[in-house]
Amino acid sequence: MLRVQNLRTGYGNLEVLRNVSLHVDAGEIVVLIGANGAGKSTLMNTIAGLLRPREGKVLFLGEPIQSRRASEIVSRGISLVPEGRQLFAPLTVLENLTLGAYSLPRKQRTLAVQGKLEEIWGLFPILYERRRQPAGTLSGGEQQMLAVGRALMSRPKLLLLDEPSMGLAPLVAKEIFLAIRRLRENGTTILLVEQNARAALAIATRGYVLEVGMIVAEGKSEELSSSKEIVRAYLGKDYKEVWE
Amino acid sequence: MDPSTILQYTFAGIKIGGIYAMVALGFNIIYNTTGIINFAQGEFVMLGGMFMVTFSRIMPLGAAFPIAVLAVVIVGCFLERATIWPARNGSVISLIMITIGGSLLLKGLAMKVWGKSSFPLRHFSSEEPIKILEATIQPQTLWIISVLLLVVIVLALFFKFTLTGKAMRACAANRPAASLCGISVDRLVLLSFALSAGIGAVAGIVITPVTLVNYTCGSMYALKGFAAAVLGGLGISTGAVVGGLTIGLMECYGAALPFQGASSYKDGIALLVLLIFLCAKPSGIFGRAAISELKRF
Ligand SMILES: Nc1ncnc2c1ncn2[C@@H]1O[C@H](COP(=O)(O)OP(=O)(O)OP(=O)(O)O)[C@@H](O)[C@H]1O
Ligand SMILES: [Mg+2]
Repeated sequence: MLRVQNLRTGYGNLEVLRNVSLHVDAGEIVVLIGANGAGKSTLMNTIAGLLRPREGKVLFLGEPIQSRRASEIVSRGISLVPEGRQLFAPLTVLENLTLGAYSLPRKQRTLAVQGKLEEIWGLFPILYERRRQPAGTLSGGEQQMLAVGRALMSRPKLLLLDEPSMGLAPLVAKEIFLAIRRLRENGTTILLVEQNARAALAIATRGYVLEVGMIVAEGKSEELSSSKEIVRAYLGKDYKEVWE
Repeated sequence: MDPSTILQYTFAGIKIGGIYAMVALGFNIIYNTTGIINFAQGEFVMLGGMFMVTFSRIMPLGAAFPIAVLAVVIVGCFLERATIWPARNGSVISLIMITIGGSLLLKGLAMKVWGKSSFPLRHFSSEEPIKILEATIQPQTLWIISVLLLVVIVLALFFKFTLTGKAMRACAANRPAASLCGISVDRLVLLSFALSAGIGAVAGIVITPVTLVNYTCGSMYALKGFAAAVLGGLGISTGAVVGGLTIGLMECYGAALPFQGASSYKDGIALLVLLIFLCAKPSGIFGRAAISELKRF
């Protein structure tokens, strides 16, 4: 479904992604793990069209999209939930969700919005209660739910999630992961970036490890979770926390 | 000073303040979608007056009004496509410079087309002043107030209830997120120039019967309108209206101060009040510091 080939992206003189290739097949949840500053968000933003790659290709459903603008990429079926949520803070929850459907063709929009809203109220009932509240007044967890909801409004074929559990209490993070799992059961394909590697690998089918702009490992979730190196670098922290 | 004189100055202040408020609304619309201050805003006011004067010679005022507004909207769109759009990836400062250039360009073209003289325009209704509590108010002032009210109400409805209006607010709140929703920011920038040009034109049309219009008058409206927008808090519509009326009133009360030649200092007095106020509260009357920090300045 998505195929990234030899991608290079940077900011000014700084080269952040140095030859990244990966793919996501229909129906998969693929997780991308990596340390802070490895370039995970840069990769997600490049796929979504917020950044232009210097070299390489992004193929979606067989077509190159790397030179398309973000607003065109959404209407092709890729929706990004950006790092840090990036909601429209002064707008209400309902307005945020409505704008999520902006990319749909005008004729289908009204009907599609109704249907999608029902689905999102089902996924995150708390958002329905808060629907008239400005998005900026929501709690962190509710904001993340809204960010996911807004991205779902465009009926994406591929959902990109950039650290959806960032800054959330474990219980709330669990709720988000539960929602991701349910989305997959409904047939949404997902590319997920996570610091919380253990939880992410638990719901993913496959994973990639990004280190300073390069993919250094890839494999099935079980393989990655049992690989000694990965455990030491990305999963070890959890054991230490038990000791403390 | 006796109360009736004060009331008289108040009416005058509201009249000119209403115009500043509309100019400030125009500044805000463009500022919110692009982060730039469009210094050609005053030229839209001048062009509104000029086109209205021209069209009113060949048709009734009621027909000339919408056509003059449309003409300025077209100029606004043209200005955006010709000067802002090619430089859209430039810095905010360079874009602001470009609008200053655009302002000079429009002023020069207006001088070529209409010459250097000032043109009058007939009042919309009778010129017979209406007596209110020992003071008098010109019917044209009532027109200005109603037009301002109408503009504010239509804008509020547009931003609250239409998808495009919501998209413009979204764009103001978070531009990258707006494009992730599929909103084409380029198109909204064009639309914001069209809207601002239209509002500027409306302001120019309603004020011309009172002040006359010539090719240079735009700069003064831009200056005062900008002051009004800053005083109210950049980007905030309520602020534009309150700021505009405040500057208008300051100016007229200033002209009435009891010293020699006060009326020739009236512009300075209004701007002095603005400076003093901004020293105390840099984000404007309604502005919150947190919001202004987020903008690209
Ligand atoms: N807008 C920018 N301008 C310049 N450099 C940037 C910019 N954004 C990110 N970088 C740099 O690019 C590198 C990768 O950043 P990126 O945000 O992609 O990392 P990340 O893997 O998402 O990290 P984190 O886990 O902290 O979110 C970092 O060194 C960062 O400093
Ligand atoms: Mg990141």
